[in-house]
Amino acid sequence: MAGSLRALRRRIRSTQSTKKIFSAQELIAGARIVRAQARVEASKPYAREITRVLSALASSASLDHPLLTERETPRRAAVLVITSDRGFAGSYNVNVLRRTEELLSLLRQEGKDPVLYVVGRKGETYYSFRDRPMAATFTGFSEMPDYADAQEVGRALIDVFTAGADDDETGGAGDDGILGVDELHIVFTEFRSLLSQVPVAKRMAPLEVEEVEEFDYEREDREAGRTDDSGVPTLYEFEPSAEGLLDALLPKYITTRIYAAMLEAAASESASRRRAMKSASDNAEELAKNLSRQANQARQAEITQEISEIVGGADALVSAGSND
Amino acid sequence: MATLQVELVAVERKIWSGEATTVVARTTEGELGILPGHAPLLGQLADGGVVTIRTDSGEDLVVAAHGGFLSVSESGVSILAETAEISSEIDVERAREALRRAEGEDDSPEAQAAVRRAQSRLRAAGENV
Repeated sequence: MAGSLRALRRRIRSTQSTKKIFSAQELIAGARIVRAQARVEASKPYAREITRVLSALASSASLDHPLLTERETPRRAAVLVITSDRGFAGSYNVNVLRRTEELLSLLRQEGKDPVLYVVGRKGETYYSFRDRPMAATFTGFSEMPDYADAQEVGRALIDVFTAGADDDETGGAGDDGILGVDELHIVFTEFRSLLSQVPVAKRMAPLEVEEVEEFDYEREDREAGRTDDSGVPTLYEFEPSAEGLLDALLPKYITTRIYAAMLEAAASESASRRRAMKSASDNAEELAKNLSRQANQARQAEITQEISEIVGGADALVSAGSND
Repeated sequence: MATLQVELVAVERKIWSGEATTVVARTTEGELGILPGHAPLLGQLADGGVVTIRTDSGEDLVVAAHGGFLSVSESGVSILAETAEISSEIDVERAREALRRAEGEDDSPEAQAAVRRAQSRLRAAGENV
């Protein structure tokens, strides 16, 4: 009896100390969401301006840049998956990896060979455990990505996409000897609100020009009372040529989108982590409560037993004495 | 007097915005001065160059902008840069150190870009490079 009481007390203590860890994690994640949201906000002016410049350019230049044109027979597609470095984030990684699997099987149905690029240690572990080849992995910045990280990822993807331009029909590597890809996709978790983060898959290249309008900045401008979008496209001068600008601008635009996706993913990661830690600490509290009830019961049972043993012993002594 | 509405944005944050009388920048084609009423223009900023913004209070704001674009429209001027630093925020000693280190390296594109970045930072801070 006394043994079970001691075991219960030990479990209560350990539950309470893990609960402390969970609630500390919850607080940290809460603080990180705020910071991550601020970074998402801070990156918006640039995204808005580069989109506007690109739209201006798109209306003036002929759009036959390799990053914009569909390849005739797409054979390979790069998929960039953004996961977290650390766990303790509930279903965050599971959801994003499940969305990736959907995209991969869709690509395979279309006859394209998917090539994986993984951001975050959790995704890396997932694929290496299943012996799935990954073209490249990038780890160590999932909670606090900065632009240099996005540039590194962007450079790798744009290089492999450019190398794919001359791959031949049979899947050979073409003149440059590098087996490239014909499409770039990204899977990340979109931060809709503190309660809702949705894994989404998007195509980054070839860019669709509609996607430039996806942000609907024009409406925003109209609401802000600006008049420069009066329907008549402004005629721009270009320094250097429009084509030269497009060459320089498009890779930066793609990098910006990767950066934006990473920031959203970081905010989502912290939000999921906070939610997971919140329910973990609630559960721990519940568990500790139940355990202490059991412990109290065990303690009372022990006392009752001791009393009845004493009373029984006294009775036995009394009855033994009266026999004399 | 007419002024330009200038926005200076880097990828990670908006650096500065306000009214200005002139903007001087160097594109890949050459030095360029912009006054109010300039024709719409899109330009790629030269690596290692600086952008000078004369604000409407008459102060000069010198900025080291790396990997940037310049867009002039009727509503104003936007300067987009991958990274941008205002001269007052630049640590001259550190930039000089970075330049020395970058020059010591091989001729890889990264090293050359690092040299240009450091040079532009020093130029913006008013040093001769």
